[in-house]
Amino acid sequence: MKELEYPFNAVWIISNRRKIRKNLLNTNQNLIEKKIAVLGGSTTKDIVQIMELFLLNNGIKASFYESEYGMYYEDAVFENRELEAFHPDIIYIHTSNRNVASFPELTNTKEEVETLLDLQMQKFLMIWDQLLEKYSCPIIQNNFEMPLYRLFGNKDAYDYRGSINFLSRLNERFYEYANNHKDFFICDINFISADYGLKEWNDPFYWHMYKYALNVNAIPYLSFNISNIIKSIFGKNKKGMVLDLDNTLWGGVIGDDGVENIEVGPETSSGQVYSEFQEYIKLQKQLGILLNIDSKNDEKNAIKGLKHPDSVLTLNDFIEIRANWESKDRNFIEIAKSLSLLPESLIFVDDNPAERDIVNQQLPGVCAPEIGESHQYIHNIDRNGFFEVTYLSEDDLKRNVMYQENVKRIELQAKFSNYGEYLKSLEMTAVIKPFELIYNARIAQLTNKSNQFNLTTKRYSQGEIEEILYDKNYITLYGKLKDKFGDNGVVSVCIGKIDGKICHIDLWLMSCRVLKREMEYAMMDVFIHKCQQRGILEIRGYYYPTEKNGMVKSFYKMMNFDLVSEKEDETVWSYVVNDSYKEKNKYIQVEE
Amino acid sequence: MNRRDVFEMLNTIFRNNFDDEGIILNEETSSADIESWNSLEQINLIVAIQDEFKIKFNIDEVNAMNDVGKIVDFILEKIGS
Repeated sequence: MKELEYPFNAVWIISNRRKIRKNLLNTNQNLIEKKIAVLGGSTTKDIVQIMELFLLNNGIKASFYESEYGMYYEDAVFENRELEAFHPDIIYIHTSNRNVASFPELTNTKEEVETLLDLQMQKFLMIWDQLLEKYSCPIIQNNFEMPLYRLFGNKDAYDYRGSINFLSRLNERFYEYANNHKDFFICDINFISADYGLKEWNDPFYWHMYKYALNVNAIPYLSFNISNIIKSIFGKNKKGMVLDLDNTLWGGVIGDDGVENIEVGPETSSGQVYSEFQEYIKLQKQLGILLNIDSKNDEKNAIKGLKHPDSVLTLNDFIEIRANWESKDRNFIEIAKSLSLLPESLIFVDDNPAERDIVNQQLPGVCAPEIGESHQYIHNIDRNGFFEVTYLSEDDLKRNVMYQENVKRIELQAKFSNYGEYLKSLEMTAVIKPFELIYNARIAQLTNKSNQFNLTTKRYSQGEIEEILYDKNYITLYGKLKDKFGDNGVVSVCIGKIDGKICHIDLWLMSCRVLKREMEYAMMDVFIHKCQQRGILEIRGYYYPTEKNGMVKSFYKMMNFDLVSEKEDETVWSYVVNDSYKEKNKYIQVEE
Repeated sequence: MNRRDVFEMLNTIFRNNFDDEGIILNEETSSADIESWNSLEQINLIVAIQDEFKIKFNIDEVNAMNDVGKIVDFILEKIGS
């Protein structure tokens, strides 16, 4: 929904929240359901109501547990049957500097302030440790925003008795905890409040009237920020950008003005703006965001522009380059297809409102942010939080290289008329083994973002993956696939739950990056071996249809399982384990 | 802008906020008449009114708003018509 993308009209969202909600529930079909507990140190009503909208807009239907006013500590630390019964998937702790019990006083010594800091921390440590242990789900915690006033003026920032100094040091300690706990995330209200305007954010009217710790007008910005963290945790981040060229990556129209006259580089102020934007885009690439071009241009002109000596981005930075006179939405679809991604996982970046409109009309679900004037591009893309980083895996950092290798594979494939010959020529090797700690981040990430080749679409947090890793009642496998062009990293995951002599396949997924490489055969071979070793007599497979996983509807049939039951398209399959199993994989050399 | 105009604009704001096209405000309408109009809901109305009329209320004014007529009084006073 366009109105919920940045830059949005906050008051409009607040006043129309009920209508928006109805609308989103009616139009969004394929929603995943999540339970979110909000533990507040101040009023949270509107924060929750508006967060719900942004989450719906990201395909997440949330139900909420809201603590009684100000009871964040009690709810976390003492026995809480209601919260336990709720089984939260995420816990958000909404505290603010209004919840700091005591600030340093003028007469305090350094040591006394240190003790005060310890006391504050102890309270929060107790909350976090208890919650992580009891609920083993991700926790989102606000840091502290800067206070209403500075008793010392500027010295407040660096004197140990200053409240700014005190809050900054508390924040540092929060970050330390966050860096040591993988399922713990900071909601950076210190930044959000500054970005919004601290004096407006801190308007005490809302505190004294309604016990809101922030200006009600600012709530959509806060809720948006929290929902970005949540959708990222559940694998709903965008994966790539589809970029226009003329007046987007450089100033001017290269076909008309010629390569020597486009604006990019240090010579002019306008050129500098485009250079800075290109640098920003290049940094996205390092995060694993896939870059692609969709431009109305002759291809040779487009390439000339990217070879401009002052261009920060070069040809090698892009996976797919579509420079032609096709309509942009068509090119967009083609790009998504060749990356094996769903269109809505890419964003469309174009300065031209008419082109954005076509993409919005033709490709519902695709974000085409209103990027404004050239000097606002960075801000408007950045604040949308499309690529909010929560779990950053090795794979993210290497993703662009992997996709580029894929382009080479496709070129090679074209040279073979026999597909088997092509697979052989790839010289594939795989490592297929039970879960290992170092891959947990990647495994959790895959469970959250694989939609197409995914039999049950069960999502797991990193904490849950770790529990399963140590649980003897599970058979787990991860699969890494390598070939002569490069390493694809971990691309397949399965989890089988043992119940006596039966093993139930709770999860079976594969990244679409390695479709049609027969990796699923190699995984099944090893899975059956493991079942044989554990004395399993029967394997049960489950297929739960979603809007996106139609491609694996017949997966178990293909694997020679027998259909046991079928109910509203949900199917259950069975395979009797015996010694006569014939290996299915022919082309991949496997290390178990 | 006269009292009637303000009433009409307020009516729209209330209907949007409560997503209820059946709301018809009069001078005496108060939180007792609209089921979900509680003190926390009041702030959403205030935010919308402030934005619509480009005005700001203070704490005393908000505390004195016990019916729609009073809200209209404050609005007219602030927009100076």
